[in-house]
Amino acid sequence: MPVTEESEPLAVEAIDISKRFKDVVAVDRVSFEVRPGEVFGLLGPNGAGKTTTIRVLVTLLPPDSGQARIFGLDAVSQTMAVRRLIGYVPQQLSADGSLTGWENVMLFARLYDLPRRNRKAAVAESLELMGIADARDRLVSTYSGGMVRRLELAQALINRPRLLVLDEPTIGLDPIARTEVWERVLSLRQEAGTSILLTTHYMEEADQLCDRLALMHHGRIQASGTPAELKASIGAEATLEDVFRHYAGEHLVDEGGSFKDVRAVRRTARRLG
Amino acid sequence: MYGQFAVPRAGWADPGRAAAWWRLLVSRILTFCWVEVAKIRHDRTELYTRAIQPALWLVIFGETFSALHAIPSGGRPYLDFMAPGVIAQSALFVAIFYGIQIIWERDAGILTKLLATPTPAAALIAGKAFGASVRSLLQASVVVVLSALLGVHMPLNPLNYAVAIVVIVLGAAFFSTLSLTIAGIVLNRDRLMGIGQAITMPLFFASNALYPISVMPWWLQTLSTINPLRYEIDALRGLLIGTPSNLPEDFAVLVVACVLGITTSSRLLRRLTQ
Ligand SMILES: Nc1ncnc2c1ncn2[C@@H]1O[C@H](COP(=O)(O)OP(=O)(O)OP(=O)(O)O)[C@@H](O)[C@H]1O
Ligand SMILES: [Mg+2]
Repeated sequence: MPVTEESEPLAVEAIDISKRFKDVVAVDRVSFEVRPGEVFGLLGPNGAGKTTTIRVLVTLLPPDSGQARIFGLDAVSQTMAVRRLIGYVPQQLSADGSLTGWENVMLFARLYDLPRRNRKAAVAESLELMGIADARDRLVSTYSGGMVRRLELAQALINRPRLLVLDEPTIGLDPIARTEVWERVLSLRQEAGTSILLTTHYMEEADQLCDRLALMHHGRIQASGTPAELKASIGAEATLEDVFRHYAGEHLVDEGGSFKDVRAVRRTARRLG
Repeated sequence: MYGQFAVPRAGWADPGRAAAWWRLLVSRILTFCWVEVAKIRHDRTELYTRAIQPALWLVIFGETFSALHAIPSGGRPYLDFMAPGVIAQSALFVAIFYGIQIIWERDAGILTKLLATPTPAAALIAGKAFGASVRSLLQASVVVVLSALLGVHMPLNPLNYAVAIVVIVLGAAFFSTLSLTIAGIVLNRDRLMGIGQAITMPLFFASNALYPISVMPWWLQTLSTINPLRYEIDALRGLLIGTPSNLPEDFAVLVVACVLGITTSSRLLRRLTQ
């Protein structure tokens, strides 16, 4: 897919992004690009720097150095314009449990300045698209984890983003809920041409869903390419898991997660019921 | 199966569509007021439980001190004098703990998502502050009704009531930004609760809620000149009871306090998400 300057700009252009927190270098000179209409996966163990990279791209965190461009717009200096192009689902389950599903999506319709005359129809459509229209008037505190995730996707889709950024969209979901989330995300790409940047540490998911991948470890991109390319670079019979091991070492797949993240996930799970 | 986007959205993701800053501000304020109304509709318990304390102040403190005639109340029954003070106090209590909500939203990851929408920090804070004042206003209305039932004489002048609403809204918006500022500094629910509890009573006693400024010791009088609650109560007393008050000064102080509060707490907002 050759992309020339005149056609569409790249969905994401990360150029040498670095970010450190006190003495931890979370992201170390990361560069990659996401082409329009592509599903791009950022893969890596806990603490690899995936979330930090994403927070830079969605304008939540200014990088220490480097540049981030979203469809040609600068994520540091053109924050408001960039935000209008993006739909973002953070790692943590985060819909407002004290509001109904409909109200949660309506809130985002208003925050993205949808014209008043279109709002109700757009909210209804988004809920329908994610298959939670039946539960729209229930308080979100009564939703299951999978429903909350789909609600968050409905929120992220409300402005019809050109780029969808999903940070571990299926973490903590059972296999059925995971399949359901993926089906809906992929149908979006097909029908609306949405570009998708996601992170995950489920290898099979990455293998099946992503057009291209980047493996991240210790804040750096260790390898990138299509799943097939990455596997072929290791050996004929290699799986993505082997690739992962090759670049990031043996121990990392079951590293267990930082305490902070585990706690956050648990807390959310408890709060949302 | 999931269909296509049927609703036309041309131009929605157009980055060129930058609204004027004040339109964005007004839009976000209305949005967060709408959210607050929705939350109150789902759960009204707070409205009732928070009515108990002002009721006690009016019934017990008010009735007792009326009988004692111990506090000069400008020729009016003492209960009339103190009612605006208790109304302002009830609005203050709601606002001063509002920061708890933003800490909860931060812990739940909601704040991150709100900040990723095209909403500048100041617009988010202003939205939250005026959202809090919806809650405060409702609480104050409960106390107004309560006061009327207890026989407080409040002439029913629609214009005065409309201005009183603006006063309560401004007061609540200021105190909630104070709460959001503390939230941005301590970043923790328990500490915010502690500080909130520690400052409400001093704010209340260093004001004209229960007694006129003139009977205070000089140092408390000085202290009360920097207490926005004093100006809120002065305005409410003038508007609801009809005692002499300095409305232009009251408004000036409250507006300046709100602007300062919003500016300060929006500077601190980033701390909550990094
Ligand atoms: N706000 C912060 N303050 C200090 N350190 C941070 C902060 N956020 C992230 N870090 C550190 O930066 C590193 C990268 O974290 P990040 O959350 O980006 O990893 P991740 O790849 O998303 O991991 P996970 O799979 O657990 O979500 C970690 O060492 C983490 O502890
Ligand atoms: Mg992460």
